[in-house]
Amino acid sequence: MQEHDMSWVRTEMALAQPAPPTERGAYAWVRKNLIGSVGDAILTVLGIAIVLWIVPQVINWAFINAQWSGPDRTVCTTAAQGGIQPDGWTGACWAFVNAKFGQFMFGTYPVEERWRPILVAILFVALLVPMLIPRVPRKGLNAILLFVALPIVSFFLLVGGVFGLPHVETARWGGLLITLSLSFVGIAVSLPMGIVLALGRRSKMPIIKWLCVVFIEMVRGIPLITVLFFASVMLPLFLPEGVTFDKYLRALIGVSLFAAAYMAEVIRGGLQAIPKGQYEGADSLGLGYWQKMGLIVLPQALKLVIPGIVNTFIGMFKDTSLVLIISMFDLLGVVKQNFADANWATPQTAKSGLIFAAFVFWLFCFGMSRYSMYTERRLDTGYKR
Amino acid sequence: MASQEILREEPSRGSFINDPRIRSLFFQTLVVILLFSSIWWIVHNVIENLQRLHIASGFGFLRSRAGFDISDTPIAYTSDSTYFRALVVGLLNTIIVAVAGIVLATIVGFTIGIGRLSQNWLIRKICTVYVEIFRNIPPLLVIFFWYSGVLAVLPPPRESIHLPFGSFLNQRGFYFPRAVWGDGSWLIGVALLLAIAMALFVAHKARQRQKATGQQFPVFWTSVALIIGLPALAFLLSGMPLTFDFPKQSTFNLTGGFWVKPEFLSLLLALSFYTAAFIAEIVRAGIRGVSKGQSEAAAALGLRSGPILRLVVIPQAMRIVIPPLTSQYLNLTKNSSLAIAIGYPDLTATAGTVLNQTGQAVEGVFIMMIAYLVLSLVTSFVMNIVNARMALVER
Repeated sequence: MQEHDMSWVRTEMALAQPAPPTERGAYAWVRKNLIGSVGDAILTVLGIAIVLWIVPQVINWAFINAQWSGPDRTVCTTAAQGGIQPDGWTGACWAFVNAKFGQFMFGTYPVEERWRPILVAILFVALLVPMLIPRVPRKGLNAILLFVALPIVSFFLLVGGVFGLPHVETARWGGLLITLSLSFVGIAVSLPMGIVLALGRRSKMPIIKWLCVVFIEMVRGIPLITVLFFASVMLPLFLPEGVTFDKYLRALIGVSLFAAAYMAEVIRGGLQAIPKGQYEGADSLGLGYWQKMGLIVLPQALKLVIPGIVNTFIGMFKDTSLVLIISMFDLLGVVKQNFADANWATPQTAKSGLIFAAFVFWLFCFGMSRYSMYTERRLDTGYKR
Repeated sequence: MASQEILREEPSRGSFINDPRIRSLFFQTLVVILLFSSIWWIVHNVIENLQRLHIASGFGFLRSRAGFDISDTPIAYTSDSTYFRALVVGLLNTIIVAVAGIVLATIVGFTIGIGRLSQNWLIRKICTVYVEIFRNIPPLLVIFFWYSGVLAVLPPPRESIHLPFGSFLNQRGFYFPRAVWGDGSWLIGVALLLAIAMALFVAHKARQRQKATGQQFPVFWTSVALIIGLPALAFLLSGMPLTFDFPKQSTFNLTGGFWVKPEFLSLLLALSFYTAAFIAEIVRAGIRGVSKGQSEAAAALGLRSGPILRLVVIPQAMRIVIPPLTSQYLNLTKNSSLAIAIGYPDLTATAGTVLNQTGQAVEGVFIMMIAYLVLSLVTSFVMNIVNARMALVER
């Protein structure tokens, strides 16, 4: 028989011991994350090889060997090609971007009038930043200024022809100005249109429902280029003789219609995710259709699908580059157009220009996606299971 | 009696303006009237415009001579062929680039997606950087990057870059040896078909046996042996009827071999690298979506890590992955229309040329829309079949 002596009871907690040496410090981290097994170690070596192969090349090309300014192609070509660089030189030709920067931003917008798009950009940033920071009050007023007042003011500022501002036709717009204005108006139009289409698709009225279904499915089934072709070739045929409208406006209609169809599907997903009790609760309170949707269902549904909405925005922002096909010159279009400039024709021009354009696009898209992740966390309503 | 009948009547809704049925009828009638009047107006305008421009409507133009050349022709085509044949060539080119792109994007996307879940910190980070770069730039820019940034600045044909297996890379594209099948090579094809049929039969029998007795049969290795072994045997028996036509360097160009033009190459690389970033995210979400309990339970049953992945995690992850994967495939097919920007003659490009030459805008855009709609429907149909096979079978 064994005797149990119960007279001793530990009264205070045992002191916490430090983790064993194999489990802490840099070496443990390396062992866990880089050389966990033989396969892992091989992968790590492979990864290091990739990094060592790519990163120095990129840094050399983009920074160390790069040419930042210069009058023409001689700074970016080797002696054999008629320039000043030693043979075998490769590096980014940022001088090209530097020289063409004004064009990349504004296209052929008259130089003495460029303060107008700059002013619009300043107004836009001034209204957008308080809109994006949740702590700043008066969101309603801000939204009205941003989505109603700003487009009207910008329209008069950019197009001109009133208040003594010279008229600038949209054919002279270009560069980032077109990219941003197309996508801003596209976003502002496609969201309400997408909401209407999504509500229509879930409507109990058969004719309205089927019209929305046909529109959404047809637009989603064809490429944007076809829609743009449609807008640029067919719309003039649809209108009576003599009535024409601007190419810019046609592209705008094409892009907005296209984005609206995708937006509608995203929002429909949100509408379907709202429990039936919410709809019935609104009905039992005696709310009408628009009150029910506007006050009860849509605020919850839109909150649920913020990531999807932002993804559609990002997609649309990227898609504006396609207006190049109907010979409008957005940022990508202007960059590509300038490859043909004999003054800057070097083997590095295309790569440098495209990487600059890619960087600008990337900045906007990455910013949008990060902001949407932040909003998603902030508005997390606990619906997730 | 009378009071009961009154009770059975519909409760009064006040004025008939507030009756939902009447309202819905009214709105729908209004929409129909608006729709038909605008369609009538548009048709009227189109007819008037076409008459003014002296363009005969209808599809008769499809039978007339095209008169333009196409650089990539999977089927015989000359500028004397009809417009219809030109459009078919375009459609085939679209299908070729879409199918090749889907295969490549799936391979790259799955690799990157699994890499993002790797235990290895470095691999995880490299894959994340890849995804974040390619997701956030326009596909058109990626196409231009390959086309004018990378392929156009390669050395001229005389200084071609030599690659393994007698292939070359230069400004004009990628050249690799073409297999020339001699007499009796049909035997190899027959042997391959036979091997696939036998592998399917073996798999079926093995499944039956496992259900009946619980004994497993190495189906995978048997199938590999069959599918490689039988054609190889046929190859040897028929006297090795395979020679290679190697590309040769002549003074100004490369002759012989199989030539992939830079337009196709840059379109294919751009579309698949771009789409792969999205597929990677889908795959990652799919694998993360399988709850950890599933693999823990499988481990508790005594399965090793390979079978856990193959039998438990992947079948469940595929259910989450397939629907969004389908829409990525559709996006890739639709994005292949960007070919027009670098002059690869896909459907949009050829239809655009036809449209410009004939002025048949309505018919041209109509043909384009129908073709892409049909392609989309076929892709979703195939993927729906795959999805139905993968879907959860519930009681």
